[in-house]
Amino acid sequence: METMRTSVIVFPGSNCDRDVMHAISASTGTMTDLVWHEHRTLPRDTGLVILPGGFSYGDYLRCGAMAAKSPIIDAVIKHASSGLPVLGICNGFQVLTEIGLLPGALLANTSLDFICDFCHVRVEREDTPFTGHYRKGEVLRIPIAHYEGRFYLPEEQLRTLEEEGLVVFRYCSPEGVTGEDFTPNGSPNGIAGIINRKGNVLGMMPHPERATESLLGSLDGAPLWGSVNSWIRGRLGE
Amino acid sequence: MTFLAKILVFPREGVLDTQGKAVGKSLNRIGFGSVKEVKVGKYIQVLLEAVTEADAAAAAESMCGELLVNDLIEDHTVQVGPWKP
Repeated sequence: METMRTSVIVFPGSNCDRDVMHAISASTGTMTDLVWHEHRTLPRDTGLVILPGGFSYGDYLRCGAMAAKSPIIDAVIKHASSGLPVLGICNGFQVLTEIGLLPGALLANTSLDFICDFCHVRVEREDTPFTGHYRKGEVLRIPIAHYEGRFYLPEEQLRTLEEEGLVVFRYCSPEGVTGEDFTPNGSPNGIAGIINRKGNVLGMMPHPERATESLLGSLDGAPLWGSVNSWIRGRLGE
Repeated sequence: MTFLAKILVFPREGVLDTQGKAVGKSLNRIGFGSVKEVKVGKYIQVLLEAVTEADAAAAAESMCGELLVNDLIEDHTVQVGPWKP
């Protein structure tokens, strides 16, 4: 059986690259390559591309702005155009918006605090390559760690995003109730993760790689890796 | 010839400027009751070679479009003049 092979892009200042690698290996037993941002091609047979969390380029200028201009990005865009999955976590989500693979921008949290804490998010879609092993409406306990996580889109575009059902994760209470009170960073409509129209590029502020082992307090991120693995195996099997 | 481009980048109208709000509140609190609004942005200074001032201005605008400014959330102004060391 063919298996998933993941490329984790490493920018200067990325700091979740090895965590992601470990989480994927521990939960799916598949192989991961760390790919330096100055490379121009992805390893052959790359199925999943991950832009990991961290502080690429020290968050200078704007979070993700300079990483978005790295030599490897053309290959990431090509990978996304071919329909294969691309996942941006935290700083990776910021990079995806700066590249333009996802709409919007991530602004400073309303509280102006760096928030590093567990939170709850509700799964809004189970029909994506990343969420097939979840149920719609399921509540995940998963950590966030960011200063700039408040999603922004002008009102009209935000409405379109919602109408098209592109929100995949939403902050919520442990019972799954959404609202301002349960949104730690002030994100509109509790948006924690969005996907592109084609359904293969996901950006999310919460860190699934930090919720893949019971030792770390939650296993709720693990099904995400399993979901992509199943999706890619299904595609390879076609 | 060397030119100096002074680029001001600030939050777009309608984008909640949390920093500006916090700074405005602080100014009010320490006695500057006249302060109505504060915006916090950034100042970028670029020294560049160009044949004419217009070329320098065009180059600075391109830099804003491609990297320095995110039009979705930021506005900017560019001021270019000959560089005097």
